[in-house]
Amino acid sequence: MEVGQSLAWGEGPGYHERPVMITKQLESLETVVIRFAGDSGDGMQITGTQFTNTSAVLGNDLATFPDFPAEIRAPAGTLPGVSGFQVHFSSTDIYTPGDDPDVLVAMNPAALKVNLKDLPRNGILILDTDAFDKRNLKKAGYESNPLEDGSLEGFRLFAIPLTSRTERALEDRDDLSKKEKTRCKNFYALGMTYWLFNRPLENTVTFLEKKFKKKPQFASANITAMRAGYAYCDASQEFQVRYEVAPAATEPGTYRNIMGNDALALGLVAASVRAGVPIFYGSYPITPASSVLHALAKYKNFGVATFQAEDEIAAVTSAIGASFGGKVGITGSSGPGIALKGEALGLATMVELPLVVINVQRAGPSTGMPTKTEQADLLQAMFGRNGEAPCPVLAPCSPGDCFEMAFEAFRIATKYMVPVFLLSDGYLANGAEPWKLPESMDELPACAVSYRTDPEDYLPYMRDETTLARPWVRPGTPGMQHRIGGIEKAEGTGNVSYDAENHQRMTDIRAEKVARIVAEVPDLEVFGPESGDLLVLGWGSTYGAIHAAMKIAHKDGKSVAQAHLRHLNPFPKNLGDVMKRYKKVICAEMNMGQLRMMLRDRFLVDVIGLNKVQGMPFRIREILTAIDEHTS
Amino acid sequence: MTTQPPQLKKKDFESDQQVRWCPGCGDYAILSSVQKTFAELGLRNEEVAVISGIGCAARFPYYVNSYGFHTIHGRAPALATGLKIARPDLSVWVVGGDGDMLSIGGNHLLHALRRNIDINIMCFDNRIYGLTKGQASPTSEFGKRTATTPMGSLDRPVNPISVALAAEGTFVARTADVFAPHLQAMLTAAAAHKGVAFIQILQNCIIFNDRAFAHVTDREAKNERVLYLEHGAPMIFGKEKDKGIRLVGNKPEVVRLGEDGITEKDILVHDETDESLAYMLSRLDPKDFPTPLGIFRRAGAPSLHEGYQAQFEQAKSKDGEGVILDLIHSGDVWDVK
Repeated sequence: MEVGQSLAWGEGPGYHERPVMITKQLESLETVVIRFAGDSGDGMQITGTQFTNTSAVLGNDLATFPDFPAEIRAPAGTLPGVSGFQVHFSSTDIYTPGDDPDVLVAMNPAALKVNLKDLPRNGILILDTDAFDKRNLKKAGYESNPLEDGSLEGFRLFAIPLTSRTERALEDRDDLSKKEKTRCKNFYALGMTYWLFNRPLENTVTFLEKKFKKKPQFASANITAMRAGYAYCDASQEFQVRYEVAPAATEPGTYRNIMGNDALALGLVAASVRAGVPIFYGSYPITPASSVLHALAKYKNFGVATFQAEDEIAAVTSAIGASFGGKVGITGSSGPGIALKGEALGLATMVELPLVVINVQRAGPSTGMPTKTEQADLLQAMFGRNGEAPCPVLAPCSPGDCFEMAFEAFRIATKYMVPVFLLSDGYLANGAEPWKLPESMDELPACAVSYRTDPEDYLPYMRDETTLARPWVRPGTPGMQHRIGGIEKAEGTGNVSYDAENHQRMTDIRAEKVARIVAEVPDLEVFGPESGDLLVLGWGSTYGAIHAAMKIAHKDGKSVAQAHLRHLNPFPKNLGDVMKRYKKVICAEMNMGQLRMMLRDRFLVDVIGLNKVQGMPFRIREILTAIDEHTS
Repeated sequence: MTTQPPQLKKKDFESDQQVRWCPGCGDYAILSSVQKTFAELGLRNEEVAVISGIGCAARFPYYVNSYGFHTIHGRAPALATGLKIARPDLSVWVVGGDGDMLSIGGNHLLHALRRNIDINIMCFDNRIYGLTKGQASPTSEFGKRTATTPMGSLDRPVNPISVALAAEGTFVARTADVFAPHLQAMLTAAAAHKGVAFIQILQNCIIFNDRAFAHVTDREAKNERVLYLEHGAPMIFGKEKDKGIRLVGNKPEVVRLGEDGITEKDILVHDETDESLAYMLSRLDPKDFPTPLGIFRRAGAPSLHEGYQAQFEQAKSKDGEGVILDLIHSGDVWDVK
């Protein structure tokens, strides 16, 4: 008998008995991208997250990208119901979740159909053959079975009856229904990928034991399934090679894997603690911003007040009310909600109270594609209010950077008494990367808030000489009663004024106040040559793809540099000079040219657009193609 | 030992701003009553916050010597909710008209009421849009001719008291601009109420809807066609106290005391805690019934900001006072040496 062949693995519950040893090869890889895809009810997000967390603890550099439908449970087996999770893990620095997967795990025909186009030839394809029945094939729109029609030739195919193997691994478990058993198949698949990439199971075991503390039968069922998947690969002749991805040489420190929205929430709380002022977060549930509200709602022991408002308008006005009361009002939403908040943001501009406005952007217009990412609300943030109502605009460039920029938004809002926009997006919100944690509060910038309590010579619209901020006076302070509102204010007194010249003056002051925030904006740094053929300029979440492309272009000897904006208003003061040092400037953004319009307007530079609105972040090769086109 | 500051007077609550309502506007009387009540309640200027939306009534905060915020159309209850959650120590008063609160801001009114946030909402109801010059409002009568309804309004009006009751208002009252002692009594009761207070104040717009409430405020009407609600008292009205409300089955009717053997015992007794009774009273048609003024409903319920405080304390006793570095370092962390 050939080694391993007679031991039809998984035939009985005795999978844990070690079978005949098979010698397996171990190959080292620098970087791997795995995509888990299945029905939205198949647990692909949890599977991907577990693989990610385990790889993080092993010390790989990481980036992840979940891609899930807006429907909570679209009809099972259909194309719209496919949910995916891509994880890129590496022994070197990486900046994106990867262009294409090296490994695709597809739990049903629909998942195969949606994702196969991204899998390169010779890529590893793991399929659950149990799911490839007539009904599922029809739902996915397959005329013939791809397992039989030869269309999967050229891939390293592992066609495995995952569902029935999972069931068999759990066949002695009388405490579980058939459905409960088959639901463990995602952990069977996870176990297989753990074997394939030589990962330990312990992290996930601990996770499951904690998650199902009150239902230990589910913890043990999933653990059994995972171990069965692992053991199957170990014993099966089909799997001859397993891969090793060594830890990355990352900067020493303590890390955790973090998603952008969680980092945003932590940044706001950190700023609040640093300033000694509690925050009030008014929000209305909206994809992909809701998880900021979920996170902050857990931080009540930090005095964080969260308010699930009746609508977007109440969300922002309640936050303005809290700021009037001396707390820091924050509101968060996505594009459609920001549109509704527009009038109130004009009010916040007029009354000059601190306010942080988070827009986790999604594909628009209107409802658009709620779970897909885009950066098309930049001009809305810049100009989406009636009248002349300038606001500072910040944009984090990675999930971890959401912490820093949220902190910064809080700091600027309170220092300048102004509403501040923070433009994140769906990619940052749900994408994750290892984040190096601050070890002490001293690593965070100073953030001091002071309220005026001295009534001597006080006027509501008197101004700080440097920042032009008006004093923040909390109701309850004796002798300093004052009235504010949306009607134009007389300079100084803040009384209602319809005086023509006063309106011009106040308009100028509000603009100047925002312009002076440039003092907080670090100079723009370039990655690459200080001057040359081409500058690729980006903002927000496109940082990773541009950076990764830049490293490749530099290896190819291209005269190209990257500059990335985290401050969109005001711009860094050297931005105009930086652009002048390159023959051409490309602006890469996930919209149809919004930053480009601002740059051309402001600097009269003939910026070239690299634009994409496909609900997905840039691929590295898309940036590289543009670089090739514009460099010699 | 600190000395108690002297109690303030009405004029201490007058601001230095010139009042700019039309001469004869009912808002003057309301302003005066509010300032007087603030003084009588022993409030300090600095602990009062007056929040308004947009409209004639919404100019109110400028004229009160307190903290004030003239916000945007319809949003005052929402802004005031945020303020009260942030600052439970303040006495928060919301001012708006019928258009502000029942049309553009209807949603916020509904939710401020059901949340039972401890703010006092004064809805100045003149059944017309004044500041925009005389368009039909959500409380305008069906068929009313206005600038926007030259052939008569096709919209049926909302009843502010019914709406407030349906929205779970825990203090719902009605009064009128010109009935100063009654208005002040309602304001005082609203201030004492723990939770949201909604007061519909019938208010005359002398320019665009004069005498809209003549059926309540005229000399004859106020004597004979107003029912002053008093908890635990029979619903008797009229200068001679000769008329009353009786229930036949679940239908109310007006009866005369002393006629057909009717005595005070037959008359319905007001109970502020009875929601159904409050709703029935809100539906009395002024064509056939006196207009009830007073507190329709007053009921105890936990207020929103108390709930917030309780959860803050619960979280702190469970998890301890938050330590930000611990929070940042929580979850699946790993060290790179």
